Amino acid sequence: MDFLIGIYEWLPVWIQSILRIVVIMAPLMVLVAYYTYAERKIIGYMQIRLGPNRVGPKGWLQPIADAFKLMFKEIVLPTHADKTLFLIAPLLSIGPALAAWAVFPFDTGLVLSNINAGLLYLLAMTSIGVYGVIIAGWASNSKYAFLGAIRSAAQIVSYEIAMGFALVGVLVAAGSLNLGQIVEGQSGGFWHWYWLPLLPLFVIYFISGVAETNRSPFDVAEGESEIVAGFHVDYSGMAFAVFFLAEYANMILISALTALMFLGGWLSPFQGTFMESWFAWVPGIVWLVAKTFVFMFLFLWFRATFPRYRYDQIMRLGWKVFIPITIVWIIVAGAMQVYDIGPWYQ
Amino acid sequence: MKTVIHYIRSLFLLELFKGMSVTGRYLFRKKFTLNYPEEKAPVSPRFRGLHAQRRYPNGEERCIACKLCEAVCPANAITIEAAPREDGSRRTTRYDIDLFKCIFCGFCEESCPVDAIVETRLYEYHFEDTDKAAGNYIMTKEKLLAMGDKYEAQLAEDRAAQAKYR
Repeated sequence: MDFLIGIYEWLPVWIQSILRIVVIMAPLMVLVAYYTYAERKIIGYMQIRLGPNRVGPKGWLQPIADAFKLMFKEIVLPTHADKTLFLIAPLLSIGPALAAWAVFPFDTGLVLSNINAGLLYLLAMTSIGVYGVIIAGWASNSKYAFLGAIRSAAQIVSYEIAMGFALVGVLVAAGSLNLGQIVEGQSGGFWHWYWLPLLPLFVIYFISGVAETNRSPFDVAEGESEIVAGFHVDYSGMAFAVFFLAEYANMILISALTALMFLGGWLSPFQGTFMESWFAWVPGIVWLVAKTFVFMFLFLWFRATFPRYRYDQIMRLGWKVFIPITIVWIIVAGAMQVYDIGPWYQ
Repeated sequence: MKTVIHYIRSLFLLELFKGMSVTGRYLFRKKFTLNYPEEKAPVSPRFRGLHAQRRYPNGEERCIACKLCEAVCPANAITIEAAPREDGSRRTTRYDIDLFKCIFCGFCEESCPVDAIVETRLYEYHFEDTDKAAGNYIMTKEKLLAMGDKYEAQLAEDRAAQAKYR
């Protein structure tokens, strides 16, 4: 171990940075691959089917087979498409989804770049993702793709506001934009995490997150039954795979962020109880991953349960329900903070 | 008051939780999926699969070229030509079923007065090519009789099981 650390420190700084990025990206990509497998399996189980079970034992190699299939497929460029934009769009979509992980703390001090405006950076990165969708829809020069892009743009812009307000609540409670400090602010066990004092914001943040990632029941941007596949109808092969990757990376990101900001990130749920010492050996990152998996599972559960929202209902929910509730609860959270109500704010 | 209750209900997402509890329970249900090539669904004795022509136990073919099946066939899939055999009995010289035309309705089997043309339980078959000259998709008299010889035991059993309903 010391030897490896020695080699690492001997390397030039830029290689060190690349190594650290790889250490975050490689597990993420594997997780994305197996998330697609888990999705097909879990939704299948909820529909009393078995899901993929042919490639490898129990279908374990299915995502790898899918990846190879997509790699060998031709990337079709539509005749009237804007070629440059058409090829840039998938990159614009995945770039922010991966860049957001730069400020994500996995444990105390275990973060790629510990910047103080981390939350702001995250908000910026998650909203830039919509440009990939819009540009893809525009560059494809097809009405289905364009409709999908327009819907997605309107939807993401609407839910961005509710999401931002929900995070303002977290900000008020934690008093910091630094993600590490937000988690530290929640220390003290299960009842000290922000999900309880900020319960409406927690629910709204996660639902807006589902809408942000264009997942069912807010998947009007894809809307298979009405506009085929929405913004990525004209994409095939690796270009399509990159969109797919971005979508799932975003879902994982939203799940991880919800765990971080409302469920105490890497903090043990047994903190402050008699069981604390029993679980002291568990590294913090295990708790973080476990909490993230809960929300990742919820994404799939939603998809298996709810029918797609009608478009005007999505807009009504975003503007007329979520935004008023978040504004009210920001005031409540502020009052709780100022007057020291509850055990949450010391 | 009603609206207040409605607002409370929708704000606490009660119906959504109810829906999720249903799918949550289904997650652990026993699955209906059949792993097809390894497991197969049970087949009824009345199943209408690939055709066959049967023989009498003494080896004589049953078909007497009455052409009832050709007449009843709604898809015009059956073509029959008949002529007297050396012993003077009336027999088919040609009995073709075009499997691309056939809709597997089973009328030919029902119309047959001597239980000659029947449909077997076989549903796993394919054609190597669709070339008209090769005629792979035509069930000729030879192929039909060969099928009948191969599956006679099963066919006789199924006919016996269904005899009282016919």
